[in-house]
Amino acid sequence: MTQAIDKLVIGGREFNSRLMVGTGKYASFEQTALALEASGAEIITVAVRRVNLDRSKESLLDYIDLKKYTLLPNTAGCYTADDAVRTCRLAREAGMSDFVKLEVLGDEKTLFPDNEELLKAAKILVAEGFTVLPYCSDDVIVCKKLEDLGCVAVMPLGAPIGSGLGIRNPYNIRIILENVSVPVIVDAGVGSASDAAIAMELGCAGVLMNTAIAGAQDPIAMAEAMKLAVIAGRLSFKAGRIPRKLYANASSPLDGMIG
Amino acid sequence: MQIVLNGEIKDAVGCSTVESLLQQLGINRERVAIELNADIVPKAEYEKQLLSDGDKIEIVQFVGGG
Repeated sequence: MTQAIDKLVIGGREFNSRLMVGTGKYASFEQTALALEASGAEIITVAVRRVNLDRSKESLLDYIDLKKYTLLPNTAGCYTADDAVRTCRLAREAGMSDFVKLEVLGDEKTLFPDNEELLKAAKILVAEGFTVLPYCSDDVIVCKKLEDLGCVAVMPLGAPIGSGLGIRNPYNIRIILENVSVPVIVDAGVGSASDAAIAMELGCAGVLMNTAIAGAQDPIAMAEAMKLAVIAGRLSFKAGRIPRKLYANASSPLDGMIG
Repeated sequence: MQIVLNGEIKDAVGCSTVESLLQQLGINRERVAIELNADIVPKAEYEKQLLSDGDKIEIVQFVGGG
């Protein structure tokens, strides 16, 4: 049996899983549900969009056990603080929860955060009682400002959204980890299980991903791989790795050699 | 009476309140959030909230997303 990892506490709530997953880009709602199950995630992100009045009334929520998952509505697609705040207010009304993944984007090509608008939105939302988890640049100054504003976590990107490039600047993530006290969750950039493990080995509190699972050839198998990678990475971090050395250090005793 | 529903002009016949509009559209009230002229309508107000000619209504729900 796998050793249990320590619980993640965000916004006063406890979670057993440190992997958070998105629900976009799957081939079907059935596949989404199976991948969520395989990932072991307890926090799942959703987007807020107009109800399609012409199509079938079938919805993602018909496939998801809301007793099992905490919905984390996002503000994906918002490019101004005003739009993001408006989306969060609607999300709270639709979901009756204060948790929001705040993202305010700066540009369609990179989907990098617009930190100025992000800070503006975070300030308003915290004042309105939201539990804010902001997607932000891997920049310690922005992360500290978000923490000071009252965000319950910071979620720096590992690489551009959907890029699968992995943790491009682990040193920036380490600097963030050393200088903020709220949970640091790497959000975006993960491509494979080893990327998730690296984020956790750095000491991150969790990892959030969507495309790495939904876009894999077998999303359900990848969901399980990510679950195991996050557990492995956390255990490895807590266990404390050996120092890196340039030269060899024999594992077998030198005493008692024959001859 | 005409309303602008999710960006499209619609004839609203026989729906005088937000609640009756949802019923006519067959939408589960628990799964959506509604803005009327850019202000959120709390669920408790759906039955009381009257609609007027020219109202702009947004009905949103959760969909798959990262």
